[in-house]
Amino acid sequence: MFRIIYRETLATKIHLFKIEAPAIARKALAGQFVVIRIDERGERIPLTIADWDGKEGSVTVVFMEVGATTFRLALLKAGDFIADFVGPLGVPSHIDKFGTVVCVAGGVGVAPITPIARALKEKGNKITSILGARNKDLLFWEDKLRSVSHQLIVTTDDGTYGRKGVVTGPLKELLESGEKVDRVIAIGPSIMMKFCAQTTQPFGVKTIVSLNPIMVDGTGMCGCCRVSVGGVTKFTCVDGPDFDGHQVDWDLLLARQRIYLDEEKRSFEQWQAQMGKCS
Amino acid sequence: MAKANLNREPMAKQDPKTRGKNFNEVALGYSAEQAKAEASRCLQDPKHPCTDGCPVEIDIPGFIKAVLDDNMPEAVRILKDKNSLPGICGRVCPQETQCEQVCSLAKKGAPIAIGRLERYVADWERTNMGALNPGAEPPRPTGKQVAVVGAGPAGLVAAADLAKLGHSVTLFEALHVAGGVLMYGIPEFRLPKEIVQAEVAYVTSLGVKIELDSVVGKVVTLDELLESGYLAIFLGTGAGAPMFMNIPGENLNGIYSANEFLTRVNLMKAYQFPEYDTPVFVGRRVAVIGGGNVTMDSARCALRLGADEVYIIYRRSEVEMPARREEVENAKEEGIQFKLLTNPKRYIGNESGWVVGIECYEMGLGEPDESGRRRPIAKEGSEFIMDVDMVVAALGTRPNPLIAQTTSELKTTKWGTVVADETTGKTMKDKVWAGGDIVTGAATVISAMGAARRAARDIDEYLRS
Ligand SMILES: Cc1cc2nc3c(=O)[nH]c(=O)nc-3n(C[C@H](O)[C@H](O)[C@H](O)COP(=O)(O)OP(=O)(O)OC[C@H]3O[C@@H](n4cnc5c(N)ncnc54)[C@H](O)[C@@H]3O)c2cc1C
Ligand SMILES: Cc1cc2nc3c(=O)[nH]c(=O)nc-3n(C[C@H](O)[C@H](O)[C@H](O)COP(=O)(O)OP(=O)(O)OC[C@H]3O[C@@H](n4cnc5c(N)ncnc54)[C@H](O)[C@@H]3O)c2cc1C
Ligand code: SF4
Ligand code: FES
Repeated sequence: MFRIIYRETLATKIHLFKIEAPAIARKALAGQFVVIRIDERGERIPLTIADWDGKEGSVTVVFMEVGATTFRLALLKAGDFIADFVGPLGVPSHIDKFGTVVCVAGGVGVAPITPIARALKEKGNKITSILGARNKDLLFWEDKLRSVSHQLIVTTDDGTYGRKGVVTGPLKELLESGEKVDRVIAIGPSIMMKFCAQTTQPFGVKTIVSLNPIMVDGTGMCGCCRVSVGGVTKFTCVDGPDFDGHQVDWDLLLARQRIYLDEEKRSFEQWQAQMGKCS
Repeated sequence: MAKANLNREPMAKQDPKTRGKNFNEVALGYSAEQAKAEASRCLQDPKHPCTDGCPVEIDIPGFIKAVLDDNMPEAVRILKDKNSLPGICGRVCPQETQCEQVCSLAKKGAPIAIGRLERYVADWERTNMGALNPGAEPPRPTGKQVAVVGAGPAGLVAAADLAKLGHSVTLFEALHVAGGVLMYGIPEFRLPKEIVQAEVAYVTSLGVKIELDSVVGKVVTLDELLESGYLAIFLGTGAGAPMFMNIPGENLNGIYSANEFLTRVNLMKAYQFPEYDTPVFVGRRVAVIGGGNVTMDSARCALRLGADEVYIIYRRSEVEMPARREEVENAKEEGIQFKLLTNPKRYIGNESGWVVGIECYEMGLGEPDESGRRRPIAKEGSEFIMDVDMVVAALGTRPNPLIAQTTSELKTTKWGTVVADETTGKTMKDKVWAGGDIVTGAATVISAMGAARRAARDIDEYLRS
């Protein structure tokens, strides 16, 4: 059992949990994730490690309510326990001195990208970050990301805050401006990562994405998370989650994410009905 | 000598039609009368070939005699002397290639049903004695710490044996429950999870501390365990990484590895969706590729989850199938259809990325290969298409490389198995032993237990020297 030390709602349907997990906090590195299970009936779902504190023995995750498990998770309070919290899983992000790195975060992707930007900045890279959300109410951690970047550009799809439009707009301008960009890191919804990779491809700038296929164990045991990168099948949980965005078969990833749409809807409706009855 | 009785006592099973729709245990076990009737057939051959056929050398005539004499506690004692998980082995051992194959009555086609009797004694113990450790005194603590990694049959037996010898044992397990393949792979209808958990409870009752949710190699490495005060480590992490054929279309929606399909169904209880949150997709026409126990289990799970037709596609013929004989028979009774001498060439998908068919080759058999079985050869031009909407690939597994990648000096073979001494389980790394599927590749429960037992003995000697 793992205790929730602290929780906070960061934006509409987006929550932060700090979990007591000293062993994981000691080993976590930027880019790794945990697999959680709420209780005996629960599904195992992966969440990226958004922050950690070795001294306090805590690991922070940020998640968006999108279905049954994240909906149920959002109902928990500080002091409550979740049954399972496994990690740190996956290969840590490659941190090195690249030069100028553009970090592009879409939606809840700002949480996983912040520790990566921090580690890259500490290595002496120049960090330009682009933070995009659908609207102002879904934006969070703007200050946190700014504090680990040399420059920050914010966009909203509807123009309620920052620049109006999507993240690929400023990304393309940066690449066209003639400034040398050595690496792009894009984390967010699959479709956003796909378009970031398409944007950078003509410029030949290496683009790293963090893939989010459906997982079960997260340890290389089931093959549920398989993706195709450069024509070779990879298990995201042990070979990734970071991959070269120009090599990813995006259509396969997008199709595989939709395997359980019907079941997910059924499960979500059941839980909503059940929770509705209790409250 | 009286004339040998060649009427093997049958064991009651759920009717095939009924059991095809539920996950309850298929085989129902012997009654006391049946057990005694079967036990009375034993010739009590003083040469006990059966004992030599058992990888852990159970005194088989001895326990059978105790059943006949109505001395059940004695039968339990004899079994447990060599086998700490008899309720499991009686159900899942491939008896026809082990103890029963060499039984003196096997030549006459009616070996004693040793597995069924073993199961009967273990079930008697569970209902009448609880998870008691018959007659054992608590050992004198040695104060020595040992780490066991992986809570499958190998890890559980190593942990139990070392704890019984007085060592302080911590067992690290990656998943959220202990039991390994017995929990996530073998389905409820063949091995009730309650029985596995009773064995796990017995192991903890010996003082073994189980740390779940602990992926060794990630949260802690072997070197770190040794630095933190563990004097020896037993590795029993199995062969849990699924293999694929690397043919076109293998990543289409609706194509599962057997590990994923069985894990969703058994470990995550997707057969009770939506009471349990984890979903599983089951098609109407399902193909399972392979010929082992994993294949039979996957096919029979798909049937129970409502598939209309379930096919097993195997590239050799039935005699070469490595599955337990009894499970092949059970699968046939339940209506699973066997497409033998057939092998997939590629998978065909529709525009939304779901599998709709398999293009297969017909196969012929050539000269024997390294495994001693005749090599399957694709017949050019024999390709044909099968319409299916779900596939389970049961193409074998190999050890997960997570630990080997993060450990200095641990030697592995080109198959990813860990190199270890055959009799002691000692690896090339100081203070580290290994046993079970991680050393042999996918094998059997009893061979994993046997290896663990030998390693525990060697670890104990090392700790006392
Ligand atoms: C490595 C990795 C890191 C992730 N990090 C984060 C994070 O930091 N914050 C965050 O909000 N989300 C993250 N996700 C996505 C998150 O796991 C899913 O949103 C979550 O599983 C949805 O579960 P649900 O039951 O609430 O929704 P569901 O209704 O079950 O699913 C909604 C959608 O989420 C995806 N999904 C469903 N089940 C799983 C599963 N078991 N594993 C992965 N994806 C699934 C599917 O595409 C599905 O269509 C990450 C995913 C991966 C693979
Ligand atoms: C579906 C199926 C059916 C089978 N049917 C039969 C049968 O009928 N009869 C028979 O004799 N055999 C059968 N087998 C084979 C048998 O189950 C195995 O040979 C046996 O379980 C091997 O035991 P083990 O302890 O070596 O490994 P496993 O049972 O695989 O256990 C290994 C354990 O280690 C854990 N682990 C792995 N990596 C780590 C890590 N890094 N850190 C911590 N823990 C880790 C795993 O989660 C697992 O719990 C079957 C196998 C399958 C998959
Ligand atoms: S453990 Fe297996 S091989 Fe040994 S007697 Fe029992 S069923 Fe036979
Ligand atoms: S989630 Fe099971 S192998 Fe990656």
